[in-house]
Amino acid sequence: MTTTTITSNSSNTDSKQASSAFPDLLRSEWTKFRSVKSSLWSLIVANGITIVLSVVICQAIVSRWNQRPLAERLIFDPTARSLTGIFLAQLAIGVLGVLVITSEYSSGTIRATFTARPQRNLVLAAKAIVFAVVTFITCLIAILIAFAVGQAIFTQVGAGASITSPGVLRSIIGSTLYLTVGGLLALGLGTLVRHTAGGITCFVGMILVLPGIVNALPSPWSYDIGKFLPSEAGLVVTSVVRDGAGHLLGPWTGFLVFCAWAAVALVLAGWTLHRRDA
Amino acid sequence: MIDVSNLSKSFGNTKAIDGLSFQVQPGQITGFLGPNGSGKSTTMRIIMGLDWPDAGQALINGRPFAKLTNPLYEVGALLDARAFHGGRSAYNHLLYLAQSNHIPPKRVDEVLELVGLSSVARKKAGTFSMGMGQRLGIASALLGDPGILLFDEPVNGLDPEGILWVRNFLKSLASQGRTVLVSSHLMSEMALTADSVVVIGRGRLIDSAPIDQFIGRSTQSFVIVKTPDSSSLQDILRQNGASVKARDDGSLEVTNMNCPQVGELAASNSLVLHELYLHEPSLESAYMELTQEDVEFQSVISTQAVHASN
Ligand SMILES: Nc1ncnc2c1ncn2[C@@H]1O[C@H](COP(=O)(O)OP(=O)(O)OP(=O)(O)O)[C@@H](O)[C@H]1O
Ligand SMILES: [Mg+2]
Repeated sequence: MTTTTITSNSSNTDSKQASSAFPDLLRSEWTKFRSVKSSLWSLIVANGITIVLSVVICQAIVSRWNQRPLAERLIFDPTARSLTGIFLAQLAIGVLGVLVITSEYSSGTIRATFTARPQRNLVLAAKAIVFAVVTFITCLIAILIAFAVGQAIFTQVGAGASITSPGVLRSIIGSTLYLTVGGLLALGLGTLVRHTAGGITCFVGMILVLPGIVNALPSPWSYDIGKFLPSEAGLVVTSVVRDGAGHLLGPWTGFLVFCAWAAVALVLAGWTLHRRDA
Repeated sequence: MIDVSNLSKSFGNTKAIDGLSFQVQPGQITGFLGPNGSGKSTTMRIIMGLDWPDAGQALINGRPFAKLTNPLYEVGALLDARAFHGGRSAYNHLLYLAQSNHIPPKRVDEVLELVGLSSVARKKAGTFSMGMGQRLGIASALLGDPGILLFDEPVNGLDPEGILWVRNFLKSLASQGRTVLVSSHLMSEMALTADSVVVIGRGRLIDSAPIDQFIGRSTQSFVIVKTPDSSSLQDILRQNGASVKARDDGSLEVTNMNCPQVGELAASNSLVLHELYLHEPSLESAYMELTQEDVEFQSVISTQAVHASN
């Protein structure tokens, strides 16, 4: 076969002294992220949905515009409508967030990863950063396209919004952040559960099922509790026009609450990561 | 050097490791032996900082694994052979490990060359055969050119050529002064490879010694003799103080007597011998004898079959 000398005198004496630096971990996590197909596909699906649904929904609205009552036209939110796709995109991003960690458990690479870097919290942090940056950038591009396409369609009936209109930029950035932080929540849940199907179930449960259950409570409770749920709190920042009769949190307050959910999940995840066997 | 002291670890009610202490010295290959479920893999996972012990500690060059920065430079391990993502190429698998420890990417090409995977480096690791997966695992252990290496059943699933390669490879690692701990169930292979053994059973140390010493502790040394006139020879041998056991294949197992004595007795009684040799204890027989009580998952026929084939 090959020779059996293992040192080929080249590589490592000088770098042996290099201290373990966080950028090394970021580079490592980026290599991991980009070298599997599921990352690319999740991003294509998420961002494809954002754009395609924008076209479909906006066209549908325009085609029925004349039947729309005046009262509804007044509270019409062209920005939010052109970004309807994020409701579905959040699932694809959530699945990716879960997979980023659970695929390490299912394939067994987690043990290779941790024997290369026993500082497990740093590994999780590097993962979260790489995932968040990639998600934010790609989703921002898709959301900008969806917005532009949607408004171009709405202009046909004179209902389009401009990016300079009040609240529109906030909605665009807010929607991108909503997807990103949602993905981080999924990453935290995936780390706690260590299982792809379980992680996705938890994520979908928190984002989609929980609001439905809380909604079934009698009236003051349903919205007093409901407004603090992850998706209810996080979605306020994505729309320009506020509805919900004052039962919702403010856009950035809501977003902070959403961030708190993700932070709790990630901190718990980091804590258990250190205590449990890999 | 690896220093394991008073290590204990339970999974629920299962005591996987129970007050285990041993040291692994540099410059030689140490075989890590024990029946199924005796705690070898668990011990190795604890050494590599993956599992937490309930008590005791495992030190790598005097420090616990979790305290190492860039551990790939100090210790490399092949713990389970398929610990890679099936959709990722061998090159990228090694690259991300290298990057996490600030190892230059050209080292990835070197280790791929070393284990003979260069030509399939860009292929998805999921398409690899068992032996190729094993080689990829060995490559990842070598990335940082570490002084300490742990291999959990490295020849599992390798073809004879691969087994020979691993054997020579381990020997060359040890001859360079590295510390090599390798677990295996293949006793004949271990006998050819290891300089020392650490033998455990039910999570406890049974023996830790140079391999010759370990084999020497076995009592199973006896003479095998075969003759057409088995009953006469049995009587003569017994009269002269030997203990004799007839074996299924018609040969006799003689203890308390050496080959020359048996041969001379036969000659003086004009008995024809077809076979006469000393059965020396092997690593396998010594291992069998010393771990017998500690085999947890014992099949009824297995031990009898093994003794008969001796
Ligand atoms: N993650 C785990 N959860 C529960 N029990 C475990 C776990 N890992 C190991 N064990 C138990 O610990 C004991 C030791 O197992 P271990 O895998 O260390 O043995 P081993 O010596 O490597 O065995 P083998 O020769 O079969 O590989 C076994 O009883 C096993 O069932
Ligand atoms: Mg094992």
